[in-house]
Amino acid sequence: MKPFRYHRASDIASACASAAKPAVKFIAGGTNLVDLMKLQIEAPAQLVDITRLPLNGIEETAEGGLRIGALVTNSAAAIDMRVRRRYPLLAQAILAGASTQLRNKATTGGNLLQRTRCAYFYDATKPCNKRVPGSGCAALEGINRMNAVLGVSDDCIAAHPSDMAVAMTTLDARVETITPEGSARTIPIDSLYRAPDNTPHIETVLTPGELITSVLLPPPPSGRQVYRKVRDRASFAFALVSVAAILDVADNRVRAARIAFGGLSYKPWRSAEAEAALVGAEVTRASFNVAGVAALRNARGYGHNDFKIPLARRTLRATLVQAAGIT
Amino acid sequence: MNDLLKPLSNATRRGFLKTTGAASLALAAPPLAGETAAETVPNNQVRLTINGRDYDLDLDPRTTLLDALREHAALTGSKKGCDQGQCGACTILVNGQRIKSCLALAVMHDGDEITTIEGLAQDGALHPMQAAFVRHDGFQCGYCTPGQICSAVALVAEHNAGWPSWATADVATVPALTEAEIAERMSGNICRCAAYPNIVAAIREVAEGDRQ
Repeated sequence: MKPFRYHRASDIASACASAAKPAVKFIAGGTNLVDLMKLQIEAPAQLVDITRLPLNGIEETAEGGLRIGALVTNSAAAIDMRVRRRYPLLAQAILAGASTQLRNKATTGGNLLQRTRCAYFYDATKPCNKRVPGSGCAALEGINRMNAVLGVSDDCIAAHPSDMAVAMTTLDARVETITPEGSARTIPIDSLYRAPDNTPHIETVLTPGELITSVLLPPPPSGRQVYRKVRDRASFAFALVSVAAILDVADNRVRAARIAFGGLSYKPWRSAEAEAALVGAEVTRASFNVAGVAALRNARGYGHNDFKIPLARRTLRATLVQAAGIT
Repeated sequence: MNDLLKPLSNATRRGFLKTTGAASLALAAPPLAGETAAETVPNNQVRLTINGRDYDLDLDPRTTLLDALREHAALTGSKKGCDQGQCGACTILVNGQRIKSCLALAVMHDGDEITTIEGLAQDGALHPMQAAFVRHDGFQCGYCTPGQICSAVALVAEHNAGWPSWATADVATVPALTEAEIAERMSGNICRCAAYPNIVAAIREVAEGDRQ
């Protein structure tokens, strides 16, 4: 680990002002950042510890939703009875990620901003445009089994690793931030992440020193919520593919559907195509197959990860079968 | 044995243990070879309450909680396995919650209450989870055991507090602590000897005893 200065923030304004300077980073749970600092993939000159800021509550909103503070741990969010009853999809997705020890430390804001687990991002002996802009992408021709198939570029095919963010995307969550200038912003979660294009090292629309203060969940839409995750082992592994679905069914027809995939893109991949294919469709496996084809129409495999495309279609179908309760 | 192969760090630790009786330790790590003066950053004073005893430590901000315990407080029960949050050998309880101490910076835990494997036994009697691990032979080489036991102690408390897991069919309910639930909740602790069946049996016994 490179040496760094440590500063414990006592208020939000000074935390943002400190972190707006170059080579300064916020730290909260640290489960991802400390790991990356040990490998010197991250080497901040200063850390601003935000864990003592008053951002660790979960509160009801006037519109009937929940506001989850950025410092609420993943465990605290997943055990909250309001989350478990009204947003079971979110509790499931959080519990599908990492292990209890990590969820006890990892925070809501940090989970959204965690870095990719692409093996070449972690391997300092290989080129990686995300780690060293302009150096190339070793994953394109490498062992890219875990990498993305949707929305990425020839400069970077890294996948976003979060489960929590996939559920939040399906729930139309909004990310609330505050800038060093003191102005508050509300960013739809689907607009938080930037496509890699030719600048994959810039991962979000956040500006230097901008701090996520909370995530706003609108009231839960009607319909059955299901999170399904496919991975290489039964627990404590990142998703090959995951699906967060909310399916509202009446008279054997789909009244409304919300679908997001994990493991397929640089961000949780909300599929307007799958949703459009489902609305009004009969509740059958055939309809779900059609939705899967629509969702993956623009997908591109890179060799080792070609299997993700049919796997994603089948995982969507299995998730919808479960949500619809058909046998 | 060739002198070059002698375990120097152990010799140092033994000497250290002999000469340190005070609760207050102020050991500054010597600068590592190859580091330039320009990179020096100020140390931080950190108070940790470990197993009920206060430790005042003078730490480089880079010091992980695991290294603070092992190298500065001389509590070597918590083990360093992968040092990247995957194996769970470093699991400890911070303010009652289990975490991986290898991914925590000690300076961020100033003022926190920490329980390590050394703090579980009371008045010379093993903690029920320690006794159950012995009864069920929940280990072979033993390296992961301190982390397994700390994790298991927290698991029982979490379940008693109503926490669901990924193995819970309906997350709004509190499920029985089945083998599948225990396995899921212990997935952050790896055992290379694969003593898993006995670990699960030990945890199950303690959890069931809690409810009797």
